[in-house]
Amino acid sequence: MPDHVFKPETLAIHAGQIPDAATGARALPIYQTTSFVFDSAAHAAALFNLQTFGNVYSRLSNPTVAALEERVAALEGGRAAVATASGMAAEALALMTILQAGDHVVAAGALYGGSVTLLAVSLKKFGIDTSFVDACDPAAIAAAMRPNTRAVFAESLGNPSLQVLDIAAVAEVAHAHGVPLVIDNTVPSPFLCQPLALGADIVVHSATKYLAGHGTTLGGVVVEGGRFPWDNGKFPGMTEPSPGYHGVKFYETFGDFGFTMRCRMESLRVFGAALAPMSAWQILQGIETLPLRMERHCANALAVAQFLRADPRVAWVNYPGLPEHPQHALMQRQMRGASGLLAFGVKAGVNGGVKAGVKAGVDAAVGAEEAAGVRFIEAAQFMSHLVNIGDTRTLISHPASTTHRQLDAAQQRAAGVTPDMVRISVGLEHIDDILWDVDQALAAAAR
Amino acid sequence: MANDISTLRRILHRCRTIAVVGLSAEWHRPSYFVASYLQGKGYRIVPVNPRYAGTQILGETVYAQLEDIPHAVDMVDVFRKPADVLPIAHSAVAIGASCLWQQLGVLNEPADAVARAAGLDSVMDRCVKIEHARLAGGLNWVGVNTGVISARRPVGL
Repeated sequence: MPDHVFKPETLAIHAGQIPDAATGARALPIYQTTSFVFDSAAHAAALFNLQTFGNVYSRLSNPTVAALEERVAALEGGRAAVATASGMAAEALALMTILQAGDHVVAAGALYGGSVTLLAVSLKKFGIDTSFVDACDPAAIAAAMRPNTRAVFAESLGNPSLQVLDIAAVAEVAHAHGVPLVIDNTVPSPFLCQPLALGADIVVHSATKYLAGHGTTLGGVVVEGGRFPWDNGKFPGMTEPSPGYHGVKFYETFGDFGFTMRCRMESLRVFGAALAPMSAWQILQGIETLPLRMERHCANALAVAQFLRADPRVAWVNYPGLPEHPQHALMQRQMRGASGLLAFGVKAGVNGGVKAGVKAGVDAAVGAEEAAGVRFIEAAQFMSHLVNIGDTRTLISHPASTTHRQLDAAQQRAAGVTPDMVRISVGLEHIDDILWDVDQALAAAAR
Repeated sequence: MANDISTLRRILHRCRTIAVVGLSAEWHRPSYFVASYLQGKGYRIVPVNPRYAGTQILGETVYAQLEDIPHAVDMVDVFRKPADVLPIAHSAVAIGASCLWQQLGVLNEPADAVARAAGLDSVMDRCVKIEHARLAGGLNWVGVNTGVISARRPVGL
């Protein structure tokens, strides 16, 4: 009899956690321990040789953290996962496991600012080059491929550009060149989009956002799809004896979760960005309600987008859930909803911007448009001005002066950031109250 | 080919003596990983490899072929390239094994058909160690999606 296929709502509550073997505890115990005893010297040797599975030290694995790893793997339709201390750690770990000095990455131009810095500055320092291209154009990705390209990196739904990636088309380009497609799926969450099913090979998450969902806890996850042929000759680190783990051949030994094992035993073990058990527990508590929360985030965001679109004080609205969004059809094809993030431009008021800009601490030469955005942010009553997304609370930010401040004007444009852009991460408050706060902040911005 | 959780549980519960065809004597080879893991879980492994016939691996006598084993075998676990599996399937049937198991990366469909026609359970392209750890516990500790959803405390297989 074939196994029953469980739906995401069930996986969000059950995957990765059956009652505790020792106590029968139904909810997930928090294994707040650094280390685990060996049964014998032979058991210790077998564990270190990876000949048996078990816990040694919580920097490598921990039963509470493992429940989170399996749950996110299940929600993504993946084979295996490894959790990390933050989303950036997940991204760095995934890329550092795939890449080595002399390799090249093709990345979407419209990425989260931290991801741009990781690729353009930090990895470059270690001899890994990145070409940033318009990921909406698979031909541009194909044209940027080099003989030493070893990964394509993009976001399923760009933050804050809100570009929807044609994952199947980009995966085809990556696979034609024998390299994996790595997708940051933070903004949709696995409930709204499953990149692995569309052809991606690795998914990374900032679990801090919708997965945890309450603005309390940092975490990240790397998920492996299990279908990429690592033995195609381009990834000796996966097929040759590992100098980092006494000669184990990760792909041959662990097959379709060989990448995850290598990520854990080579990269996590030495870079050390392990997730704390308490944090894993908090993120899992959030994931149990992920499907319910995402449905409401989507509904509230659509209502805010429709309100803004009809408002003369607003220059433009960018939300993939609106029919006029250039990739609305693509969003409908590969996502269950457009998520809770939207961006819009506040029209410059009659007073211009210099005074307000100075008051806000942004450059004195700031334009009127940027100043209007800043005034909107400052006038909000309960919408919180901060740089996180995916909270129960509605969050607002002005990327040009915060998250994307480190980028120059050209990089900002490439990342889809304009001076007047306000980003809203629409929360779970009552929609009438959210619209009330947006309305009164727009009134203040227009003054 | 058997693929579902209840069948795999039944196979791993019933098969206590496992002939490992193509077992290497080198500790870092996957076949050695699997055999030493299975020993640790209480299974008896029987090495089959003409290269090492008459010697011992993991404390067990190595036989050149399945037919040389002087006692009953429940499972024949195959670490050979797919093209070599068909005669091994016939041997598995001849010695009265109840399961033919082709390891990860080994898929020989005619061999699968031979085993099933003779009433054996047949598994392809899976690892005995990984499936055991998936269902009996352990694999979940390294973040693998086990597919196990249950409200019962784990009690081995």
